[in-house]
Amino acid sequence: MLDIRIPIGLLFSVLGVLVFVFGMATLSDAQMYAKSLQININIWSGVFMAVFGGGMLLWSKMSKKKK
Amino acid sequence: MEQTFDLHWIDYAIMLIYFVFVLGIGWVLKRYMKDANAFLEAGRSMPAWVAGLAFISTNLGALEVMGMTGSGAKYGMLTTHFYWVGAIPAMIFLAIFMMPFYYGSKARSVPEYLKLRFDEKTRGLNAILFAVMTILASGISMYALAILMEKVLGWDFNLSLILSAAIVLGYTYLGGLSSAIYNEVLQFFIIVIGLFPIVFLALKEVGGWDGLQESLAPIVTDKGLAADAFTSTWKYTGTAKANPLGVEWYGIFAGLGFVLSFGYWCTNFLIVQRAMAAESPVAARKTPLIGAIPKMFIPFLIIVPGIVALVLMNDPTKGFSITDPTTGQTNYDLTIIMLLKHYLPAGVLGLGLTALLASFMSGMAGNVSAFNTVWTYDIYQSYIRPATNDPEVDSKHYLKVGRLATIFGVLVSIAAAYLAGLFGNIMDFLQTIFSMINAPLFAVIALGMFWKRTTGHAAFIGLLAGFIIALLHHGLTAPEGATTLVKGGWLGVVHVYPVEMAQNFWTAIFAFVSSFSITIGLSLATKKNKTDEELVGLVYSLTPRENFNDGKWISRPSTLAWIVGIILIVLTILFW
Repeated sequence: MLDIRIPIGLLFSVLGVLVFVFGMATLSDAQMYAKSLQININIWSGVFMAVFGGGMLLWSKMSKKKK
Repeated sequence: MEQTFDLHWIDYAIMLIYFVFVLGIGWVLKRYMKDANAFLEAGRSMPAWVAGLAFISTNLGALEVMGMTGSGAKYGMLTTHFYWVGAIPAMIFLAIFMMPFYYGSKARSVPEYLKLRFDEKTRGLNAILFAVMTILASGISMYALAILMEKVLGWDFNLSLILSAAIVLGYTYLGGLSSAIYNEVLQFFIIVIGLFPIVFLALKEVGGWDGLQESLAPIVTDKGLAADAFTSTWKYTGTAKANPLGVEWYGIFAGLGFVLSFGYWCTNFLIVQRAMAAESPVAARKTPLIGAIPKMFIPFLIIVPGIVALVLMNDPTKGFSITDPTTGQTNYDLTIIMLLKHYLPAGVLGLGLTALLASFMSGMAGNVSAFNTVWTYDIYQSYIRPATNDPEVDSKHYLKVGRLATIFGVLVSIAAAYLAGLFGNIMDFLQTIFSMINAPLFAVIALGMFWKRTTGHAAFIGLLAGFIIALLHHGLTAPEGATTLVKGGWLGVVHVYPVEMAQNFWTAIFAFVSSFSITIGLSLATKKNKTDEELVGLVYSLTPRENFNDGKWISRPSTLAWIVGIILIVLTILFW
C-alpha cells in the first residue's frame, strides 16, 4: 500500500521551503518579529521542516532499497 | 482584549497545502478499498510505528490540546499526571497483557471481543453505548473548535464547522481506517512541529525552566500554595489542599492512574482499533509502546506553554489575556490559541493554526472510523442483516454499509455540534454519563481475560450495575460551589467534593469496584456459558504462550516496555 513517509516527506519539504523563503523575504521586518522576541522564527522552522521532510523521503528510499 | 486578528496570505496557503495533502492521501488509498475488511480494519497491515503514532495522535484531539494547555495554566505540572501516571502505565499494560487477546482473538472490535468472550447481550450493550458516546464526543469537539475559531479568528462558525467536517468526511470516506491512520501520523508531526515554536519562545521569554519557576513563585504564593507548587508533580500531594489539583496522592493514583486511565486506554475501541490494525501480533503489542514514547513528552509541548501563559496573564506589561470576548470571563480553553496569537508572526502562525486543525481532524476521524466499524459489525451485522453464506457478497455489502455509516456518523456529529451550541450543559452532561461506562468495562474485560470462570450473565450485569452505580454516585455528590445539576447532585447532595476532578476520580473508583465485585460474585453463582475450548485465544490461562517475542531481544515488545518504564521513572524523579 501507500508508504506514508512519502506524503509526509513531501508535505514538510514544501512547507519548509515556503516558510523559509517567506522568512528570508521578511528578514528586515523587525516589527513583525517583535512578537517572536526578535527571532526570525520562520527561517528556523523552515529549515527544520525541510530537513525533516527530506529525512522522511530519504528513509523511505533507503527502506525500499533494502527490499 | 483586542478583537479578532487578520491572517496573512501565507497562513492560508499553509492550511490549504495541508488540506490538499490530507485529501490526497485519501484519494490515493481509494483504490485499495475493495472490501469491508480493507475499509473498516485497514486490512490489518499497518507497520508498528505507523499504528503507534496514530494511536496517540487520535487521542491528541482538539479538546485534548485545548484542555491540557488550559489545565497547565490552572493546575501547573500536576497536569502531567494525566500522562505519566495516567496514560503510560495503562498503555504498557495494554501492550503486554491485553493486546495478545484483542489481536489474537481475531475480533474486529472491542464489542466483538465481548461477544466472543461472553455473549451477545454484553456486546450489544457495549456497542450501543460506545456508538452514542463516540458521536457525542465528535460533535462536542467540533463545536469547541469552531467556536474558538469564531471568537479569535473571526471565522464564520457554520463555515468552519462544515468545511472541516467535509474534509474529514472526504478522506475517511475515500480511504477508510487506513486513511484515518495515515493521516493521523501526518497530523501527529504537524501538531508537534506546529506547536514547538511556542514552547521555545515561551520558555525563552521567561528565562527557561528556572526563570519560569522564579516568575511563578509570587503568583502561586498568592493562591496560598507553596512557591513551587505549580512546577512539582508529587511533592505537594500529601494533602489535597496543598496542591492546585485538590486531590491527594492516593486519589490520583487510584482514580486517575488506575481506574480512569486503564478504563480509557485499555477498553476504548477508538484507541485499541489502531493497535488492532497492526500488521502482526508483535506489531500490535508494540503499537501502544511506540506511542508511549512521544506521549511521555507531549506535556512539554502542550502543558508547559500553558504554565507560561499563567505568568503572562499575571504580568500586565505582556498584554496577554484569556478573557472570553463574548462572556467577559476567564476561559482556559482560549489559552492555546492566545499563545499562538501572542508569539507567532505570519508564517509559523499558519503552521500553528494548521496544528490545531490537524488535532481536531485526527480526533474526529478517529471517532468516525471507530463508529463506522462498531455500527457495521456490531450493530448492523448482528441485529439488522446477519452475514449470509456468501462471504464475497457480504464483504461488498458491508463495505457499502461502512461507507454509508461514515457519512451518517459525520452528519450526526454535525448535528451534535449544533446541539452542543444550543444546549451545551446537556451535551456535556451526556458525555460525562456515557464516559462512565469505561471503568466498569475495564473491570469486566480484565476479569474476562484473566479469569476463565467469568460468565456472560455476570459480565452483562456487572457492566450495567457498574454504570448505574457510577450514575448514582454522580447524582448524589457534587463538587464544591457547583451551580448546575450537570456537575452532579441531581438526586440530592450526600457528599461534597472539594473539586470536580476529585468527584470524577471517585465516580470511576466506585464504578470499577462495584462492577468488579458484582461480576465475580455472579460468575460464581451462574453456570459457565463457554467451554474451555471456546475460550482459547480469549483467556490468559487457556491460551498457549505463543512466541510473541520473536526476533532479537532488542526488538521485542518487552524490551520496549522496559525502556518506556525507565524513561517514565526518570521523568517522574526529575519533576517530582
